[in-house]
Amino acid sequence: MSIIGKNIPHDSAPGHVSGESVYIDDIAPSRNELLVDYFGSPFAHGRIKSLDLSDALKVPGVAALYTYKDLHHNVFGPITQDEILLVEDVAEFIGQPIVVIAAESRAAIKAAKAAIKLDMEELKPVLTVAGAIAAGQYLDKTYKIERGNVAAAFASADHIIEGRFVIAGADHFYLESQACLVYPGEYNQLTIHSSTQNPSEVQHVVAHLLGLQLNEVVCLIKRMGGGFGGKECQATHPAVMAALVALKTKRPARIVYTKDDDMKYTGKRHPYQNDYKVAFDSEGVITALEASLYADGGAYNDLSTAVLGRSLTHIDNAYYLPNLLAVGKICKTNFPPNTAFRGFGGPQGAITIENIMEEIAVYLGQDAYEVRRKNCYGVSDRNVTHYGQLLVNNTLPQIFDELSQSCNYAERVTAVKKFNAESKTHLKGLSFTGLKFGISFTNKFLNQANALVNIYLDGTIQVSTGATEMGQGVNTNIKMLVADEFAIAPEHVIVMTTSTEKNNNTSATAASSATDLNGSAAVNACLKIKERLNVVASNYFAGREIGIGAYSDSIVYEGGFVFDERRPHVKLTFPELVNLAYRERVSLGERGHYITPSIGFDWSVGQGSPFLYFTNGASCSEVLIDRFTGELKVERVDILMDIGKSINPGLNRGQITGAFIQGMGWLTTEDLRYAASGALLSYSPTTYKIPNIYDTPPVFNVDTIDNDCTVNVKGSKAVGEPPLLLAFSVFFAVKNALSYVSGKEIATLVTPASGEEILSRLTEYKLKAAGLPFTPWPAEAGSVLQRAMSRAKGYSLIQDSVSAATLAEGDTIKIPVTVNGNGAGNGEEPLNGTNGSALKASEDEQELATEAAI
Amino acid sequence: MTVNGETKSVSIDPRTSLLDALREYMGLTGSKKGCDHGQCGACTVLVDGRRINSCLTFAVMYQGQKVTTIEGLANGDQLHAVQQAFVKHDGFQCGYCTPGQICSAVAMLAEAKAGCASAVTADLAAANVTLTDEEIRERMSGNLCRCGAYPGIVEAIRSLAEA
Ligand code: FES
Ligand code: FES
Repeated sequence: MSIIGKNIPHDSAPGHVSGESVYIDDIAPSRNELLVDYFGSPFAHGRIKSLDLSDALKVPGVAALYTYKDLHHNVFGPITQDEILLVEDVAEFIGQPIVVIAAESRAAIKAAKAAIKLDMEELKPVLTVAGAIAAGQYLDKTYKIERGNVAAAFASADHIIEGRFVIAGADHFYLESQACLVYPGEYNQLTIHSSTQNPSEVQHVVAHLLGLQLNEVVCLIKRMGGGFGGKECQATHPAVMAALVALKTKRPARIVYTKDDDMKYTGKRHPYQNDYKVAFDSEGVITALEASLYADGGAYNDLSTAVLGRSLTHIDNAYYLPNLLAVGKICKTNFPPNTAFRGFGGPQGAITIENIMEEIAVYLGQDAYEVRRKNCYGVSDRNVTHYGQLLVNNTLPQIFDELSQSCNYAERVTAVKKFNAESKTHLKGLSFTGLKFGISFTNKFLNQANALVNIYLDGTIQVSTGATEMGQGVNTNIKMLVADEFAIAPEHVIVMTTSTEKNNNTSATAASSATDLNGSAAVNACLKIKERLNVVASNYFAGREIGIGAYSDSIVYEGGFVFDERRPHVKLTFPELVNLAYRERVSLGERGHYITPSIGFDWSVGQGSPFLYFTNGASCSEVLIDRFTGELKVERVDILMDIGKSINPGLNRGQITGAFIQGMGWLTTEDLRYAASGALLSYSPTTYKIPNIYDTPPVFNVDTIDNDCTVNVKGSKAVGEPPLLLAFSVFFAVKNALSYVSGKEIATLVTPASGEEILSRLTEYKLKAAGLPFTPWPAEAGSVLQRAMSRAKGYSLIQDSVSAATLAEGDTIKIPVTVNGNGAGNGEEPLNGTNGSALKASEDEQELATEAAI
Repeated sequence: MTVNGETKSVSIDPRTSLLDALREYMGLTGSKKGCDHGQCGACTVLVDGRRINSCLTFAVMYQGQKVTTIEGLANGDQLHAVQQAFVKHDGFQCGYCTPGQICSAVAMLAEAKAGCASAVTADLAAANVTLTDEEIRERMSGNLCRCGAYPGIVEAIRSLAEA
């Protein structure tokens, strides 16, 4: 019996529950070890006038202070090399490191920070997407995907809606903050224990910035206390600082960010401002979409290019868009560089079309599920994405139909209507959203992996890959895949600490593809070893007297034994076979390599087939809102997914519910609030509220359909990121609830739909219904929370109502207007108050055919 | 101070938190530091059977008392019932919040047994508390889990509440 498909506990289960599992800061300090921290910029944008370290160097216990002058190189970056590690002249975000401090104790570090004399001139920071657009301040070029004839589709459209959807960022809040411990070795060699999703990148950046050869740097990672994308690139910064200290002082060096510092000074999920214009017929079927996506990249590119790329390829989510123009830009602002976060830009693209679905439904007075179902990708037609990839074996229609049935969608809509008509105290909302998430790195060369499999004489196995374990269970999956190849018990396989010493030039554990890539590489290694073992076994089982020749193909591994299928009663145990092979001088170790077949994408034309397959799903959420306080409760969630055949269904279930809960936090409670200076105000769990156990939906039904993903290892599909997008249904259930009180308007809602945001909207509609004016609350309109305001309008109005909302000072934004017919009406109102239309800004530079939108 | 049944004596700065004393002076790194501000629960330990956030309290306050950390819950090789339930019901992913969750759950089950009411207990005068899912969720709400392993945690605790 194969182990694949069984629920074995997580690889680290015994260690996790007994406290034995080791994370970076649990490694016992060694003699002579130094603590490392840094002194960063007080300003979001500022120029260093003078820096005096003489007093700080005299602080007892301070071992060394370093600046950019002590680095070999100071510029790096995974895609475009634009990032400065230690400020030389101009700081680009609050907390950008200026001085690296190495000391014997935390008290000495604190005293050193106080003794550093920095004179800095504050420069004007850009803290909003609108500000960056106005200043024409972008990172990287404009990216675009185009299909069909958008202008013609708009010219002949029955209906058009245009609007802006503004999406907030989120903090990763991995419970284990960024951490790194570096041991100096002989000559210039360094051994780095880093809490990283990408040990190869830590190796590269450390070597590059310190002027070492790659083979002088080894990076290891046993496990992380959560990563979620936040430790893909940003683990390199602490690693370089600790490595610098270790290299210079020849002493072990440890750096662990405090949670506060980690939240304040590391990059987040990209906030987005997405402007859209959609054409659709009276049935609600979309005929064209124009979208301009503005990602807030922060100060440096980091992974923004790839994040934006995924937003553009996921702007369709589960829906067929026959004519489309999607343009994306990365705004440069004075925040820490925004980075990967579970979903990697996919959510910020896909939520836009889900918002559009909700608005089309309200506009036409149709049911939102029906509108979605009509626009859903087809099985045999309407099944090519806007970038030209054919959806093979599209399971979306099946998922939509099955889930809408099993969750009793239709009856519940009726019940919600009735409830809202009757209840004076509460409001309910219900929404059904889809999910299609492309699996593979969009950068082709990253889609490769190698694995090392070593078999020992007692028949036990060590396997090493470039995959990093952050709780998602990749090591458990790999262990099961290897055990399955030799049909031995999983207890006889250990997945070793990830190390660049064993696996070189690896890709990040990201894009949900760690098991796909590394698991396949491990299987390939096993297959090579088996080829050799099969020769040994077939010779052993061959017997002239019974007429059985040595035939490798008839060797079977089953239940810990090996035999020839033609004579199954004669068996060897696996350790016996291994010993036999050893005596025959057969190699019992192997490296496997895997490349994802048949993928590719060309941004110069915005076309290709970048994904090996898609993970699909849908979810339906019902929410309850307190009309007096705006308090939100998610009462029931139903999820149905196509994740192929699970290697370990239990782990996958955890990924689905965990990602959903994380997505729910991003869209409902996690509110990044900034001061006018650009300083993060909500930098601890008291003010930044991630979901707690009480927020878990009391009814939480999760199911999967039967499907075999024939192109991937064991028919499985990746599941790490996609379910995060299922939380859209919670957000749109809130929007749906508001539609019951918003009168003629399409309800406005920005992310996060916090209690405060909901209450503000309830108040707005109540006042408007009474014919009274609504003034945004001081907290919304004041300059103190300027950045929060820059994201705080996601308007689309119906019919001919026009109004304006005051944003931050001097930043008047006219509300986009929904128009009937061919895009005339009030469409000439600028979307962006400060510098003409947002779409216009991109048009100027790129000469894109966006006239119709303006 | 008695830690996990052993008498420990360390000389430390009186401002040292119990968490730092355990981790840095006694080598007991099972208790984790999440926020260091009493907000996440990762550092939860038991003092005389009651759960506290060890990052938010001074070690010197516990002289002469009995501290139990995650390392002290198992009986030799035999995992504590709560530890077993967490394994069985996948009550974790990355494991970083898990020591705190488990210590918290141990004390919470004892509180419920002793009849302590929670914010969602309907009948405050009742002698017995029935640990419904809602009760479990309310009583465990001080322990954050970013991986969102909450459904497994509720299942694990429910399995013990039912037992
Ligand atoms: S570390 Fe003590 S509560 Fe967070
Ligand atoms: S298991 Fe990762 S934080 Fe709870």
